[in-house]
Amino acid sequence: MVEKTPFLDSFTYIFLMVGILIVGFPMIYSLIAATLSLEEVSRVPMPLIPGDQFLVNMTEAWTRGNLGSQIFNSFIMATGITIGKITISIIGAFSIVYFDYRLRFLAFASVFCTLMLPVEVRIMPTYEVAANVLRPMQAVWDVLHLNGVVSWFTGNDFHMTLNWSLLDSYTGLILPLIASATCTFLFRQFFLTIPEELCEAAKMDGATPMTFFWKILLPLSTTNIAALIVIEFVYGYNQYLWPLLITTNPDMTTAVIGLQDLIPQADDLPEWNVALSGALLVMMPPILVVLSMQRWFVKGLIEKEK
Amino acid sequence: MIKRSTFKSSYLPYLLILPQIIVTLTFFYWPALQGLIQSFFLSDPFGRSNKFVWFYNYIEIFTDPLYLKSILITFTFSIAVASVSIALGLFIATMANRALKATALVRTLLIWPYAVAPAISGVLWLFLLHPSYGVVALALNSTLGLDWNPVLKGDHAMIMITIAAAWKQISYNFVFFMAGLQAVPKSLIEAAAIDGASPLKRFWAITFPLLSPTFFFLSVMNIVYSFFETFGVIHTVSQGGPGGSTNILVYKVYQDGFVGLNLGSSSAQSVVLMLLIVVITVLQFRYVEKKVQYTG
Repeated sequence: MVEKTPFLDSFTYIFLMVGILIVGFPMIYSLIAATLSLEEVSRVPMPLIPGDQFLVNMTEAWTRGNLGSQIFNSFIMATGITIGKITISIIGAFSIVYFDYRLRFLAFASVFCTLMLPVEVRIMPTYEVAANVLRPMQAVWDVLHLNGVVSWFTGNDFHMTLNWSLLDSYTGLILPLIASATCTFLFRQFFLTIPEELCEAAKMDGATPMTFFWKILLPLSTTNIAALIVIEFVYGYNQYLWPLLITTNPDMTTAVIGLQDLIPQADDLPEWNVALSGALLVMMPPILVVLSMQRWFVKGLIEKEK
Repeated sequence: MIKRSTFKSSYLPYLLILPQIIVTLTFFYWPALQGLIQSFFLSDPFGRSNKFVWFYNYIEIFTDPLYLKSILITFTFSIAVASVSIALGLFIATMANRALKATALVRTLLIWPYAVAPAISGVLWLFLLHPSYGVVALALNSTLGLDWNPVLKGDHAMIMITIAAAWKQISYNFVFFMAGLQAVPKSLIEAAAIDGASPLKRFWAITFPLLSPTFFFLSVMNIVYSFFETFGVIHTVSQGGPGGSTNILVYKVYQDGFVGLNLGSSSAQSVVLMLLIVVITVLQFRYVEKKVQYTG
């Protein structure tokens, strides 16, 4: 700092520690609760010295909540969303920035309009689409009276019904959530900062558009991709409403939703030690991803929202 | 907008944008259109009849005291979440920015709640604020003399979901304020210090005004967060209760649509939410333009 302020400095550190403690308190407290036995955890007030039941509680939560398969499902969902979003966004942005074609502006505008519109505001109709993804095509088919046309041509009675349900499937968990404009925007903004000369030079050397993409654009984008991997993984793993709606089969449930079964209700034994062990297990994967890729993540978060 | 140096190809650009367009059309435009159409129809829960009713569903929701109450609750909730989490995020970031030696460590210790799902944040606070076992609830009872019971008391339930939703958001705000603080020119601070301005005075006269874009941005993001992403918190902690006191708009769409099977009303509510988001987005973009001018 500019001048010596020993008084203020010591205050700074004290307040900072208080702040960190407030933020960390729920985690620390849950960690302690996860080490206690049922009898200890339901004592009022709960003892603050860790017990020796940590592994017992963790195993209990893992088996009772069927967390193994649920965390696996969450993992598939998060990975699918991450890869899907980044892939369609980066090639989409490449198309919008590096080509000049007639429908470019229309393509750009139609993607732009979906910015910030979360799945939560259009759940009912999106659910209906997921129940039968081919419904839009069916509607077009019906509007054009193609059944009648085909019947007239072939002379037979003809009916075509298109049906492909995404309910209770990984595709259904993943596909509707990769429709988002934010990643496309990030890549677009980034591509616009890349010097024109790179593209000129590549063209002069006779590179095709796809060579330019693979050899120049993709390597330059690695930092952005790394940041997006963290952000989208966390986003996908923590989804709540969408998996709640489209999974009814317990084997397809994701961890964040499955966790609710471990929470003691009014008439149950107050097994908070098991519930919190489960909560700690379920929240670990995204926390580890964020902490291990912290540098890129912070950069990406700030870039993304610019 | 576009590079001056572009590639020529008749089919490649369409092929590259196609996946994005297909997904957007199928899972965004089509459902949005269906929702809009459905909001002008009245249908029975079994899908036997579907009657065109003009703006009946809209008139119905805007004259429904429960819906109006839900609007009020949503605004109260989002403003509370935004103020609590922004204030704490700013405070901690200011402190962390002064403690220059430990910045990396401090960031690690503060950043992880970002990765916690809102629903899990709900579980943690459900325990901490449990009327009979929760340590924070006991502290509230003994220090403030409250009879803490979020299961029965609406205002207590509201406080509970606010804490659970705001806690997770502190780290998000912290990251942005930290970046904003580090972008404040050192020379300005030093010049003010030479002129004899105290650290507090420097904060209010220099740092705070320079942070105003971050401030505005975070207000919008936090409000959007509490409008939509807090569904998980509500569903784990209070299910909209007691007596509808925590039934925010998004939760009401879900309850009326999926639980109550009132498709017309639920669609009309979705359309209102979409319009709301459009307004927020436009606001956000107008501000972005201003910011560009501001920083030169």
